[in-house]
Amino acid sequence: MAKKQYQLVHCWINGKEVEEMVDVRASLTDFLRHDFRLTSVKKGCEVGECGACTVLIDGECFNSCLYLAVWAEGKHITTLEGLMGPNGEISDIQQAFIDEAAIQCGFCTPGFIMTAAEILERHQYYTDEELRKLLSGHLCRCTGYENIFRAVKKTMLRRLGMLDDPYLNT
Amino acid sequence: MAEVGKRRVRVDAFDKATGRAKYYEDLVPQDALYMRIKHAEIAHGMVKAIDTAQAEAVEGVVKVITCFDVPDIPFPTAGHPWSMDPGHQDVADRLLLNRHVRYYGDEVAVVIADNEVAAQQGVRALQVEYEEWPFVLDAQEAMAEGAPQIHEEFPNNILKHTSLRQGDYESAIKEPGLIKVEGWYDTPSVQHCHIENHGCFAYEEGGRITVVSSTQIPHIVRRVVGQALGRPWGDIRLVKPYIGGGFGNKQDALYEPLCAYCSTQVGGRCVRMDCSREETFISNRVRHAIRTHIISWLRPDGTFAARKIECFSNQGAYASHGHGVAAKGMGAFPQQYPCANVEGDAYTVYTNRPTAGAMRGYGIPQAMFASEAHIEDCAKALGMDSLAFRRQNVMPQGYEDSFSHNVNYEDSYRQCLEKGAAYMDYERKMAEYAKETGPIRHGIGIATFWYNTAVYPISLETSSNRMLLNLDGTVTMQCGETEIGQGADTAYAQMTADVLGLASYRDVHVVSTQDTDTTPLGLGAYASRQTYTAGFSIRQTGLMLKEKILKHASDLTRQDVHNLDIVDGRIVRTTDGKDLMGLCELAMTVQYDTVHSEHITAESTFTIRNNAYSFGCTFAEVEVDIPMCKATVKKIINVHDCGRLINPALAEAQVHGGMSMAIGYGLGEQLLFDEKTGRPLNNNLLDYKLSTIMDHPHLEAQFVENAEPTSAFGTKALGEPPACSGAPAIRNAIFAATGVAVDQIPVNPHVLFRRFTEEGLIQE
Amino acid sequence: MYDLSAFYQADSLEEAVRLRAEHPEAIVIAGGTDVLVQMREGKLAGKSLLSIRGIAGMEGVSLDEEENLRIGSLTTFSHITADPLIQKYVNVLGEAVDQVGGPQIRNAGTIGGNTCNGVTSADSSSTLHAWDALVEITGKNGVRRVPIEKFYLRAGQVDLRAEEGELQTALLIPKASYENTFGHYIKYAMRNAMDIATLGTSVNVRLSADKRTFDRVRIAFGVAGPVPLRATSAEASICGRPVTLETVEAFGRAVLEDIHPRDSWRATKAFRQHIAVESAKRCLIESVKLAGGEL
Repeated sequence: MAKKQYQLVHCWINGKEVEEMVDVRASLTDFLRHDFRLTSVKKGCEVGECGACTVLIDGECFNSCLYLAVWAEGKHITTLEGLMGPNGEISDIQQAFIDEAAIQCGFCTPGFIMTAAEILERHQYYTDEELRKLLSGHLCRCTGYENIFRAVKKTMLRRLGMLDDPYLNT
Repeated sequence: MAEVGKRRVRVDAFDKATGRAKYYEDLVPQDALYMRIKHAEIAHGMVKAIDTAQAEAVEGVVKVITCFDVPDIPFPTAGHPWSMDPGHQDVADRLLLNRHVRYYGDEVAVVIADNEVAAQQGVRALQVEYEEWPFVLDAQEAMAEGAPQIHEEFPNNILKHTSLRQGDYESAIKEPGLIKVEGWYDTPSVQHCHIENHGCFAYEEGGRITVVSSTQIPHIVRRVVGQALGRPWGDIRLVKPYIGGGFGNKQDALYEPLCAYCSTQVGGRCVRMDCSREETFISNRVRHAIRTHIISWLRPDGTFAARKIECFSNQGAYASHGHGVAAKGMGAFPQQYPCANVEGDAYTVYTNRPTAGAMRGYGIPQAMFASEAHIEDCAKALGMDSLAFRRQNVMPQGYEDSFSHNVNYEDSYRQCLEKGAAYMDYERKMAEYAKETGPIRHGIGIATFWYNTAVYPISLETSSNRMLLNLDGTVTMQCGETEIGQGADTAYAQMTADVLGLASYRDVHVVSTQDTDTTPLGLGAYASRQTYTAGFSIRQTGLMLKEKILKHASDLTRQDVHNLDIVDGRIVRTTDGKDLMGLCELAMTVQYDTVHSEHITAESTFTIRNNAYSFGCTFAEVEVDIPMCKATVKKIINVHDCGRLINPALAEAQVHGGMSMAIGYGLGEQLLFDEKTGRPLNNNLLDYKLSTIMDHPHLEAQFVENAEPTSAFGTKALGEPPACSGAPAIRNAIFAATGVAVDQIPVNPHVLFRRFTEEGLIQE
Repeated sequence: MYDLSAFYQADSLEEAVRLRAEHPEAIVIAGGTDVLVQMREGKLAGKSLLSIRGIAGMEGVSLDEEENLRIGSLTTFSHITADPLIQKYVNVLGEAVDQVGGPQIRNAGTIGGNTCNGVTSADSSSTLHAWDALVEITGKNGVRRVPIEKFYLRAGQVDLRAEEGELQTALLIPKASYENTFGHYIKYAMRNAMDIATLGTSVNVRLSADKRTFDRVRIAFGVAGPVPLRATSAEASICGRPVTLETVEAFGRAVLEDIHPRDSWRATKAFRQHIAVESAKRCLIESVKLAGGEL
């Protein structure tokens, strides 16, 4: 590269408005991890095949590794750190991951929770098959997805007031 | 109290659910230099020259190091306990960078740069001149006369050959009326695919080298770094933070020695090595591909007269864990289905493939595929029901192995089979599915597995532990048996709480980060040894600490120590249950005693000389779409007797993960190599078919809880066993559904297409 | 960090066309899910990028004056699947692109990128072929439209003239194509998610008023040749035939005349041929059901 190229990016990260000069070569993963130390954004493949780096951009889940940082201009970006309340309170989906033993090594966890957060925000009921499809952009080697699936499903049902649903006990 | 046996939330769950748990890459200093490796682009040959000029000219490149620069110190990498017996030490067969290229991907040079892109550009700018030699990818071909020689000191590329002889095979097969069943069973090279790639960073401080690494075995890696660099081991400090899975790949020294060396070559500046996913697949470790030949001689009543096994284990380019893997697999053979007359031979053979090392199960998933596929073939040859044949022949209660002296104290196998069959509604469904004739068919397959806990008596089995009574009455605990995702820290907290009589496992602070400067020497996470082995040192150290606490309590309360105990974190007089004082008050009083101040600690090492079996089984139900050549797992259960469960919730979770890995092993996963060049074809997560959440049914985990009599807490192996029996169960289910036996995994659509065509189920 | 040598961001179509003509060597990037992967792998390392992401008016689905379905090239897969017009007229396209990668990839990847990279396995492309889609190309010299079959020149190469600043701006499905037509797509892959097609099969049918006769059947494959292709002789053979299982069988066999998959490490030619026949039949049966026919 003959000359380093930078671009000013103005965006919102976890609700906070920021303005930064960004190396055009940076991925959003690089940007979030390096410039903001948001280390929940994990790197498992850097080519969009594992989902560990998933963040929400304007409410939709994206692999931040396949997203140039300069594209963040004007966007609202949420990482796992952004799910925590001002007094350290955690979201229901995080609590469900804890309660359902859906976490082992923890490396796929932040990405999975972000996609789950997007799904749950829709306040919609999904069948098991639909839910699996919505979560299918993440690879996990520890859990066989079993408890992750249960954590997301239970949270969905809880939010919908369907705790008595027989599915809960499957 | 009584934390052991309870479903408890992981001690690290909150930090991991909030993203604040720190892994190696989250700890790298911002000013670290990047190193990138030049991997050979031939499968076998010699580096004649490397032109570094263009690489050095790249802006940002700090230094280029080639295979011509590194010290000539061969070193071993396996995560084994060191042995004082030179004959039992791991084979030292690689240098930091190698002129003799032994696989497509071998490390020949390193570029160190002040940014990632410059390091990559530098690597691409290197001009390597090779002398190319013929290569060999198959273990049996590598043993043939005239095959390319990969390591000079190992004729016919045989790293090691061991034999097993029991009874008299040759005489036994002469018994009249025997039925011979023979098969060849192939398992593929697969990779661990922990979601965090291996990586590390190293820097010099105080004349020593600190390496922070994603490893399962910090103390062992410290030793290997010392060996590889020719430095006293005390010069090396190894730190292991949280790691994103390991599954055995990180039970090896991977790039820590090279990274440490690179730091020494740039004046001790911090150097980071981050493996890409592609590198993780090829230049870390893989599971040994093993080809197994089995002959069984059966009597018409379904008993074995004689059995023979040959294993050909594909080691790849470097020794790593070497023959230990094939040897463990072969060792299972005469035990799982005992027979008086057995002959066995196992060969571990160098090839020009990526190096094989430890992977969850350590030879047993391969052995179980061969063994349980063959058992199915035997049952079919006899016309016996699969379950009945296994119940008749699998290891009986009371069996004792003459080598390890492991005893099958309970009838674990049959108890597990019973639970599995009940969950599956086995008999009814088998009868129902037998009637199917259409394009979509169903079947249930069974496989048992054999496993033993830890590495005794093959190697040293020891664990050290340190406990400290904090001033608030909680206890800090440290040991070298690492948390790698399996939940070890939580199990330790539960065990520690119980030994000491604390109110909750939350009153135990397990130091999750191992730092060889401060962590007592323990050998790490492998061999499903964690809870079993660490359990002994936790109990011993806990009792030592408790004795000290009670001694102080006796002094402070003027009560006879024999009348005192710790209950729910309080000193209690056992004779009447009177609450005398809390641990906090005791710790404070003792610490701030102006004359006899003491911080109350205990530390000890426990070396075990026993081991425990851990058995179980899988039942898998598949649906086979014959025209589409696809098999889908519809229902699956694993049943384990792993002794007493320390934490049922985490035990189930362990089983789920192993089952998932086994489904992938059975149906999808395999590393492929170009026959013409030896180049890896699918070393990425798109082309390597790791199961997604859409490729699984519900995973059912059940247990038979027979407390293990030799164990400190009644527990035994659970880490690896869940990965051992799924693949053959799936293979056997496909056999049951279609009548087509497939003797290789993965049983993917390509294989089914070939086999269904051969068997006339589909027409071209 | 990506190894890219220069970055050009176009904020309008006019600017994109100008930048494209000025920097014909630059790789056009939209969703990034293919280009950035190749840049990371090294295949595109050191190249410059022209980003057209976010250009107004290039995303979304609409009906033009002639009621042709117009899909902006920057429309992401997930937005196509969720779009009411797609669901109403060419539901199969929404289903096909809902099988690309995983949810995150479908949120980023665009239909334009999926077709401009010229690969045979693209999940959208077989369906676009099967529905006679037109490709709208905008350049310095204005707008031109080419049938999608002509758009693919050879593997990895499409009919876009960089020097003339050309970009693909939309995909159109004519009313004559989608009217009274129902289709089904089968992605044959080794996994149920996050996979590349071993074979993609897209079929659509138009039945006679009494639903007893095939008036028109179209079928296209991905990975049955170097670029997506139509099985035209199979299509011709079924036209006017009765809606029966015998017809379905004959149709399945007929596709072998049209396809020419190759042996690769991903799958053998024989395997792909076998799956093509089976998928053709299953897609046809499913399409008939959707069209209200009975088998």
